[in-house]
Amino acid sequence: MAHFEKANSVYEWLDQRLALDKLWKVLAAEYWIPKNINFLWAMGVVLMTMFTILVISGIFLLMYYKPDTKLAFDSVNYTIMQEVWFGWLWRHMHAVAASVVFLVIYIHMLTGIYYASYKRGREMIWISGMLLFVTFSAEAFSGYMLPWGQMSYWAAQVITNLFGGIPFIGDDLVIWIRGNFYVSDPTLTRFFMLHVFLMPIIIMMIIGLHFYTLRIPHVNNQDGEEIDFDAEAEKYKAGLKKEAKVIPFWPVFLSKDFFVLGVFMIFYFYLVFYHYDFAMDPINFDPADPMKTPPHIYPEWYFLWSYEVLRGFFFDVGPFSAMDMGLIAFGIANVIFFFLPWFDKNDEVAPASRRGGFFIWFWLLVADMIILTIWGKLPPTGFNAYIGYVAAVGFLALFAALPALTAGRKGLLKFVIATTVVLFIAGFLEYTKTLGNGFIITLLFLVFYALFFLSPVIVKRVSGGAR
Amino acid sequence: MADQGRRDFIGMVFGGFAAVGGLAALYAMKRTWDPLPSVMAAGFTTVDLSPMKDGELRTVTWRGKPIFILKKPPTDNCTKEKDETKKRLVNIGGSDYLIMIGLCTHLGCIPSWEPEKKVFHCACHGGLYDACGVNTFGPPPRPMDIPPFKIEGTKLVLGEEGPEYKKLVGKA
Amino acid sequence: MNKELKILAIIIVLVGITYWGIEPYAHSVMHPHHEPATFAYEDLKPLKVKGNAQKGAQAIINNGCTGCHSIKSQNIPAPMDPVSASASYGVNPPDLSLIGAVVDPKFLANFIKNPAHAALLDHKFNDKKPYPMPGFFGSEQDLADIVAYLVSIAPKEVSEKEAFEVGCGRCHNLRYDNWTVIGEKPKFKSKVEEADFELKLAQYEENLKNYLGTTPPDLSMFIRSRGPEYIRDFIENPQKILHGTAMPRVGLTEEATEKVVAHLEKVGDRKKDKRNFLGIWVIGYFIIFAVLAYLWKKKIWAEVE
Repeated sequence: MAHFEKANSVYEWLDQRLALDKLWKVLAAEYWIPKNINFLWAMGVVLMTMFTILVISGIFLLMYYKPDTKLAFDSVNYTIMQEVWFGWLWRHMHAVAASVVFLVIYIHMLTGIYYASYKRGREMIWISGMLLFVTFSAEAFSGYMLPWGQMSYWAAQVITNLFGGIPFIGDDLVIWIRGNFYVSDPTLTRFFMLHVFLMPIIIMMIIGLHFYTLRIPHVNNQDGEEIDFDAEAEKYKAGLKKEAKVIPFWPVFLSKDFFVLGVFMIFYFYLVFYHYDFAMDPINFDPADPMKTPPHIYPEWYFLWSYEVLRGFFFDVGPFSAMDMGLIAFGIANVIFFFLPWFDKNDEVAPASRRGGFFIWFWLLVADMIILTIWGKLPPTGFNAYIGYVAAVGFLALFAALPALTAGRKGLLKFVIATTVVLFIAGFLEYTKTLGNGFIITLLFLVFYALFFLSPVIVKRVSGGAR
Repeated sequence: MADQGRRDFIGMVFGGFAAVGGLAALYAMKRTWDPLPSVMAAGFTTVDLSPMKDGELRTVTWRGKPIFILKKPPTDNCTKEKDETKKRLVNIGGSDYLIMIGLCTHLGCIPSWEPEKKVFHCACHGGLYDACGVNTFGPPPRPMDIPPFKIEGTKLVLGEEGPEYKKLVGKA
Repeated sequence: MNKELKILAIIIVLVGITYWGIEPYAHSVMHPHHEPATFAYEDLKPLKVKGNAQKGAQAIINNGCTGCHSIKSQNIPAPMDPVSASASYGVNPPDLSLIGAVVDPKFLANFIKNPAHAALLDHKFNDKKPYPMPGFFGSEQDLADIVAYLVSIAPKEVSEKEAFEVGCGRCHNLRYDNWTVIGEKPKFKSKVEEADFELKLAQYEENLKNYLGTTPPDLSMFIRSRGPEYIRDFIENPQKILHGTAMPRVGLTEEATEKVVAHLEKVGDRKKDKRNFLGIWVIGYFIIFAVLAYLWKKKIWAEVE
């Protein structure tokens, strides 16, 4: 039993028992952030705000939503949108936030890649962040089903069907996931549970983990400089605020975040009130009809790049069907970012602009993901199919080349590039039907995947300086 | 919490402004809890009283509650003073009617009408009401409540406050 | 600061390119451009003679129109109830009281003469399977008189709801407005009454489905799922927008079409005004929020920079 003095105020009473002063210091007033940052460092707070908006608006939607295939559409489009006070506002806010939260996640991710904030002790920050990306994706997908419109239904149909591609258990797995032989009421009710209970709980726990992972390695800065946080914090506390390389989370760091947040909110609410179709697809205002597929179906924009990796393989490769090839690449694309710290073989923490070839790699990655996103929405007919193929193979090739690139293994890098170029040409010949789906292309893909999987294993890590 | 010594004017303005936004959001949230307009609009029930026989008890539903309508109740069993009991009756088309919410004022069970004994008997805790709906025995703290109503000819509109209702409950 | 603006510019450009690709560009590829509706019905020939409304009153009876159509405003009742009519013709023939106010007179004349042709349904109906309404074989003068009569009895102004009911309401439900293809859904006094209504509705819808080959969709959310431009262009020429659709061209005037669109908006997007109003306030709030946040940030950072 600890010793307790008589408290002189309610605050003191609570402080004795809960260490409020210390807690506040640890969490905010003496949680140190580098000073050398730009507005990209505010994306975390923007994301946290968007998540809060999603939770709050979700609570009010939950009050009137009915998870039943007969009632769901009308409960959303009539009760919530037209009857409930501000129901339309919650729904618009929820739908638009669900969409732009991914925009901010992508910016947040690419910021991490650009400034090399995923390695040298920051691996767990990166991995917990990727876990959030995956759980947010599951949350978005399950939520998209709930209004039970045409897009809800057909997205559920197509995505659950993907699991059918898993060898041996695929067909049974699809039925297990759906709870029926087709997408129907049990599918809706179980995804409703996932969306409003299990996934949010998991996400909140991983958000806690993500914050915790920042504690030991600390937040990175614009120059990748290694900072002695304890020494700099002492300087700051001693009043040398201008000289110290760190600032406290509250109020200095947050004051900047609030400004960035304010600007972002102007953009967000403009979308909520006046430009929401991109997040609330008009086709989803048609009730689900299992007997009629809409002429064009496509995922929400944030899934388009991985969806295009899936669609990019339009021809059979030896014993593998086009669908198998697509599923393999799709499976890889969905987990590959987790392994980024091990595909990058260089220990140097510096912005991409100071890392030579990596700078080119970064912008190629951005360009490729934008191309995948745009072509993921275009109908995959004619030459679009080939562009999709190049962008999909190119995406994998970027990761296949990364170990050689970052370790300065020029010979290996050239070999990867050459294999990729030959695959581009072979793909074109497949497109013009001058090359059969035979031995040569099978061999090429074997070599390609061998490079892809072996490079991160065999290439040795180098520390710094290698360009 | 660090150096709050100096007055941070702009910080206070900013904080105050953020709080205003928070209040506006709270208002929207409060509104979202309000009953829907369709619920409010459905809060009216119209009953045609003309086919009722003397001494007949009818139970209709209004806002999810049972409403007792008793035509020409046997007022001789109303135990309270005559004037007092008269107040609970309303004259529609030349006949007296007893109109009240058929829920025991103790804990909300539905009392049953026992015509032979001329009492309303609540089975839950044994409460008794006379033929005017006034509590006579047991735990009920007050007579059964009178719902707002309006009279249109021989029709009774529950949910609206007409002059007869206001007179009955002493509002007019 | 300059560096931050540069980063912002790069982000805006990249997001802009992506947005352009997945929204305006992709949608222009998926939905090829078509000319907006003119409501001129140029493929149809105008009548050569002028009609006389008084003579039309007689002609419309002599030519048998009222054998199927009611004209309630002139106290000519419907020969059959909607369900029996749909059993005979597939769809309930319209009451003609308001036709002249919502349908283009040129279209009306052409429709009376050759309904399947004016409705752009020549591919569905032929001698073997004739259109439920027979073509008009009388004189052009009679035809002109009938049209003149129908225009003369129609009120100058119809409401948005009436325009919808006459133009769309015998094939399309509008459940968020309590409208069914057999009329407004009443308040039911008993379960029997409700079941009776539902049975009639189901029978009518079944007949309609057999006639059209498909159940016409409920239009409650069409203002959000299709948008005003699409609805307008589709009404003017369904085949141009959706080739092979079962929907006939109904020949609404531009004004009547606008009324239908306005009605659909009132039913399917009734919070539009609130949304547009509140948006300005919320955005205005965050502009001030951002300015105050910036001032505060400057003050705080003055100590550390």
